[in-house]
Amino acid sequence: MSGADWVPVAPPGVGHLRGARPFPQEAAAAVTDRTLRSNLTGATTRIRAKRDAAVSEVADWEQLREAGAAIKDDVLAHLDTYLLRLEEQVTARGGTVHWAADAAEANRIILELVGAAGAGEVVKVKSMTTQEIGLNEALAAAGVAAIETDLAELIVQLGDDWPSHFLVPAIHCNRTEIRDIFRRAMPGVDPELPDEPAALAEASRRYLRDKFLSAEVAISGANFAVAETGTLAVVESEGNGRMCLTLPRTLVTVMGIEKLLPRWADLEVFMQLLPRSSTAERMNPYTSFWTGATEGQELHLVLLDNGRTATLADPAGRAALRCIRCSACLNVCPVYERVGGHAYGSVYPGPIGAVLSPQLTGVAANPTLPFASTLCGACYEVCPVAIDIPTMLVHLRERAVAAGSEPAAERVAMRAMAWLMASRRRWAPSLAALRAGRLLGRRPPLPPPLSAWTSSRDLPRPPARTFMQWWDEEERR
Amino acid sequence: MRITLMVTCLVDGLFPDVGRATVRLLRRLGHDVEVPAEQTCCGQVQINTGYGPSALGVIRHHVAAFAGADVVVAPSASCVGSVRHQHAALARQAGDASLAAEAGALAARTYELSELLVDVIEITDVGAYYPRRVTWHPTCHSLRLLGVGDQPRRLLEAVEGLELVDLPDADHCCGFGGTFSLKNPAVSGAMLEDKLGRIAATGAERCASGDASCLMHIGGGLSRTGSTARPVHLAEILASTR
Repeated sequence: MSGADWVPVAPPGVGHLRGARPFPQEAAAAVTDRTLRSNLTGATTRIRAKRDAAVSEVADWEQLREAGAAIKDDVLAHLDTYLLRLEEQVTARGGTVHWAADAAEANRIILELVGAAGAGEVVKVKSMTTQEIGLNEALAAAGVAAIETDLAELIVQLGDDWPSHFLVPAIHCNRTEIRDIFRRAMPGVDPELPDEPAALAEASRRYLRDKFLSAEVAISGANFAVAETGTLAVVESEGNGRMCLTLPRTLVTVMGIEKLLPRWADLEVFMQLLPRSSTAERMNPYTSFWTGATEGQELHLVLLDNGRTATLADPAGRAALRCIRCSACLNVCPVYERVGGHAYGSVYPGPIGAVLSPQLTGVAANPTLPFASTLCGACYEVCPVAIDIPTMLVHLRERAVAAGSEPAAERVAMRAMAWLMASRRRWAPSLAALRAGRLLGRRPPLPPPLSAWTSSRDLPRPPARTFMQWWDEEERR
Repeated sequence: MRITLMVTCLVDGLFPDVGRATVRLLRRLGHDVEVPAEQTCCGQVQINTGYGPSALGVIRHHVAAFAGADVVVAPSASCVGSVRHQHAALARQAGDASLAAEAGALAARTYELSELLVDVIEITDVGAYYPRRVTWHPTCHSLRLLGVGDQPRRLLEAVEGLELVDLPDADHCCGFGGTFSLKNPAVSGAMLEDKLGRIAATGAERCASGDASCLMHIGGGLSRTGSTARPVHLAEILASTR
């Protein structure tokens, strides 16, 4: 049992790792939204089938998974060494490395850098980490406009909405909804814009082209950072990332400290695992690597902790830091498919979010997320770095219970049941008492939480005799 | 073979017919069935709800109750999953090395019913007769925790009179998840609704499975929606004869 309560977690009041309401409330509301459910089911069903096909082409997929997990575990075990090596390499090649203990510090550093560049507007490469720290709001508060250049992020931004998926941030919207957002919020858009995908893409291309050409500062995340060479990498589909990374004079990259790979050669493993797991492609359209600063340009790397060291301190939870944000677990999760990403209250939704968010914030700040799963195991099966999410969920449930987040009545009932079950003499009468339920019928008025069962299911009619009574009376010799 | 039945708390208390069918089947195949009187439960409900440390006494009791068994069988993949993947780990976590060793050894000789029949006894045609249209829900824990593959299908295909129809998206969870169904009832209900729709699409008279817990959930939904389809456990099908 572990819990790393002495290590600082991601602070409240900044960024997006905590929801306003607990998961069960958000989920109960989301599940009644028929449009949302049909958008999600359609999208996840398509991508699941494509991913299965892309993965089944690779004969050594299981070995690749093992290699991916082993490389990441090595990174986590020697994070101190690799981080310093990365800093040394980036610095030697003309970049500047900044260390941010949490979201607030990262935002402060970036604001100073943007201020020093004298920019009133920045372009952004799609990045989960900047969403995690609430960078756009921090920039807006300082009068700096952040322009999202990934199409789906742009949709979400113009819709004054939040991403609900790592890879497809606007997965919860259909194209009619997207057209309405563009007509309402995209400067200079054709008021008669149709909902054809090509027309929507063209509208965003025209809008963004000016931004790429005029921006002084670009802000990106990183899919990988290679400690040995100081190389940063972004993997994308639209080419917007490439535009941001090459044109502006100042480039600021924000990444979680776990995004490291020790060696350049390790990319061979991850560039096979990531595209097939995320977009179900053999290779993604654009992969950009940049090593140090180009002449005439500035490169800043902000290394973010924000609860990652606290996550690392729990031996039973630290494998969550292997995650490469591919979103395969979201796409196969039956809970995510029914409720979407927003119900999780964090920019990291789905199964990985249910184990990562509570560790980054401390379990007491996110106690319902570890329970947001049936433990069906579909997530573990597809995870390209073999994170055993179901086992980790059970572990985090223990931490939630230890933190006192669950109802006292549940605690009493669970412990009483465990006490009864530790002896047949105590247990037999309890089990036989179920017989009383024969009088109740299939939809009895039950008190919460048992009433939850009869909301959509009937109860089985208890038998006249338990199995053991039958065995003792008729079979035991 | 001397086979020891781990009947599981759910089958013991609510679905004794499944336990009786298991006994009848194994005896018909010529095996001796033993039922340790002390057995209660594997403790999975506590463990998966975050009360693992409180379940240590249940695990200790389970290990003691089955100490004399050569081979243990349970008509439940989920309970076998708990025995295999949780008991020894929890004992280790609590620093009880000897319990961990005993739990590990017991886990190695504990099987889910279709595993026991196909992999250990090496039989697929058990001489059953069940003249119905049946669809099979494989259950998450049998697929992903135990790695049960086509054993149930091979057993069902050998049953005389049985017409097996494929369940679309069979490997999708039914939404039960133990206390998940109480903590997140709306989501659990939505998952169940989709599972019921797929069962209905098969036109099957029976939805069969190897886990009484999932069947309780699916059965509760079939009954609530007025479906004519009924839940049935694999053991009950295999125990049926002319």
